[in-house]
Amino acid sequence: MADRSGFLTTSINSIANWARYQSSWGATFGLACCAIEMMHTGAAHNDLARFGMEVFRASPRQADLMIVAGRVSQKMAPVLRQVYDQMPEPKWVISMGACASSGGMFNNYALVQGVDQVVPVDVYVPGCPPGPQSLMHAILTLHEGIKSGEFVRV
Amino acid sequence: MADDVTIEDSSEEVENPTVPPSETERRQLHDLWTSGTEEPAWVVASTAEGAQLMLPRDEATAGDVAEESGTLVTDDRLYKDEAVEEEITILNMGPQHPSTHGVLRLQLELDGEVIRRVKPVIGYLHTGMEKTGETLTFLQGPTNVTRMDYLAPFHNELCFSLATEALLGVDVPPRAQAIRVLMTELNRVSSHLTWVATQGMDLGAVSMMIYGIRERELLLAFFEKTTGLRMNHNYVRPGGVAADLPDGWQDDVAEIVRAIPDGLDDYHDLLTENPIFLGRTKGVGVITSEECFAYGITGPPLRATGINWDLRKAQPYSGIEQYEFDVPLAENGDVYDRYLVRMEEIRQSLRIAAQVLESMPDGDYRTGDLKVTPPPRKRINESMEALIHHFKIFTEGFKVPAGEHYQAIEGPRGELGHYLVSVGEAKPWRLHCRTPSFAAIQSLPIMMGDQLIADAIAVIASVDPVLGDVDR
Amino acid sequence: MSEQAPPPEEEVVVESARLRLAPLLAGLAETFADATFEESVAGQQVARVESARLVEFVQACRDAGFEMFIDLTAVDYYRRRPGPRYDVVVGLLSLEHNLRLRVLVEVDGDVPTAPSITGVYPGANFYEREVYDLFGIEFTGHPDLTRIMIQDDWEGHPLRKDTAVGSVPIQFRNTNKVL
Repeated sequence: MADRSGFLTTSINSIANWARYQSSWGATFGLACCAIEMMHTGAAHNDLARFGMEVFRASPRQADLMIVAGRVSQKMAPVLRQVYDQMPEPKWVISMGACASSGGMFNNYALVQGVDQVVPVDVYVPGCPPGPQSLMHAILTLHEGIKSGEFVRV
Repeated sequence: MADDVTIEDSSEEVENPTVPPSETERRQLHDLWTSGTEEPAWVVASTAEGAQLMLPRDEATAGDVAEESGTLVTDDRLYKDEAVEEEITILNMGPQHPSTHGVLRLQLELDGEVIRRVKPVIGYLHTGMEKTGETLTFLQGPTNVTRMDYLAPFHNELCFSLATEALLGVDVPPRAQAIRVLMTELNRVSSHLTWVATQGMDLGAVSMMIYGIRERELLLAFFEKTTGLRMNHNYVRPGGVAADLPDGWQDDVAEIVRAIPDGLDDYHDLLTENPIFLGRTKGVGVITSEECFAYGITGPPLRATGINWDLRKAQPYSGIEQYEFDVPLAENGDVYDRYLVRMEEIRQSLRIAAQVLESMPDGDYRTGDLKVTPPPRKRINESMEALIHHFKIFTEGFKVPAGEHYQAIEGPRGELGHYLVSVGEAKPWRLHCRTPSFAAIQSLPIMMGDQLIADAIAVIASVDPVLGDVDR
Repeated sequence: MSEQAPPPEEEVVVESARLRLAPLLAGLAETFADATFEESVAGQQVARVESARLVEFVQACRDAGFEMFIDLTAVDYYRRRPGPRYDVVVGLLSLEHNLRLRVLVEVDGDVPTAPSITGVYPGANFYEREVYDLFGIEFTGHPDLTRIMIQDDWEGHPLRKDTAVGSVPIQFRNTNKVL
């Protein structure tokens, strides 16, 4: 894709991606246990502000990263999709924890078996719940992807 | 906007709202922002709430109002006739809202800024844990229930384990009991710290969020060292605990007992006499003890109304009666009293932890009943029978005699009860969890009636609901 | 209430039931001759009453001193016992006497039906909705019997034993993406 573009567009793209990864703001989508670890990641001890991410926006209109933190029930899935649709492009999704990624240990009538059936996911984080370090690793992975243009959907 | 679709058409569509929309109609929907037209019937139909819908006031009878608010108690605070029709707004709060502590959804009827009616809608985190619990053995059960109230995992595990042990008739050695008391009381501290952090943030004191979690990291580090995980530990199991305390645990607990009261003093400086905090909490969200009885509200909200009821004193479990502690009480049953009760409970729990630190008995951390306890690691290497035994315990599980038992313990939010029915198999026939947050959510209409909308946030925070606990 | 919870009161023997009952329950046993009282594991008091007299019985319990409503749930004994399929389980607590009582009611039928106790304990409202949602037991007289946990268009009742767990195979999407 990049090969066919001209010099100017690729340069603008790389500048835009540089800006995007430096300040990807998260939408608070705390659902369950993982949300508590997400709070811990943002608080003083782990200090997510080091990566330009200390702001978690309450409104999806101001966010470009959705961290799905916790199990997604079938009742919640339409809500999740609506919040995702309300986020402006370009946007990314981190599926935090085993439940969000695959339903975890709850393979039953109530849960969506993986949030990737509802929204496209960029990074999956393993763990139940993933510690702050795991989440930060996922965020840095995402930043790498955004920087290189790998994760930008057009 | 296209001219061929008029507003008159939408009135016909009410007759048959399921007619699929044409492309023009879909585009028209995007013009609603500017066009000022009403939503077409198919939009209304596709987003209908069904039975969950809060009806407009002119369609709802007084009986409906009482039903929707989750109460049959005729209460004039919930319904004011003098409310002017034009000033009534129905506001939907949640399920995706930063101040609802999860995925709680409230439908609020507002008269200006005053809440007249509240309808809680829950189930957005329904995980089917009671069904999953029927497919797991009794030994695997704590894995399931620990994810229920994720701020109090040890309490869930302990409650399940106690219920299983009661059905089995197994006694637990003193060291295991002391470890259980230590971990659950530290867990009460960590749960209340999360509560004080989020309550502070909801009321505008964002620094409380940072402080509360700063202290909580200490506890989580100790939990991780002991159990291998920061949350969802699966540490307390039927027959004892999963592993002994790690080397040097005394230093960690001593540090926790020393450091957290310092933090508490900071919180008191920051909040207790803060005029903004007092204004937001005093006299807000009052509930009386009679209402608590009728709605099954236990724990700090009940004690804030002056009722001295703590299951650790009344129906002691796991040897907690050996330790000295006080049950903090308050009088008014408002948000501020619930705050004071919880803050003092943190100190009392630390007091118990300090006593456990001094009096930790020696001995085994698991019961000697070999049908429940897997053989020690060393024996597995030497003995074929021990290997088979180990294998059978972890694959088939142990059989529990038929019977039913309700076990209740004092969780951080109130009475946490597990109702276990066994039919003599290795898996429970039925696992039901009586969770304190479920009762608390039901009482929100009582606490919020006739308060300002800003107070709704304070009320939600003060009952400390955990939505995993509500929806299960 | 005193600082310490009071010790359990003296137990009396009711000849008809041949069970050691707390004094609080002895009066109930006299009034409701058809109710059976038993003691479950760890000495918990259990009463079995007929479905038709549930509201009356619960009202009597409340008047006798069980002021707090604790719990309401159901158990499905599908093909596990002869007779009625479901038990509705009501948990009550007396703070003053430090006593728990579990009231069991057997219900059966294609549409199992039990009387609602929301008139006695308003807190039973959400619990009965939950049992209705998950077991399909209908509570007559309940003000707002709608689904509470799962969405309205869900068919069936998941906690019934003849309903499967509902597990589905897990599929990961975009698994071929390598960074």
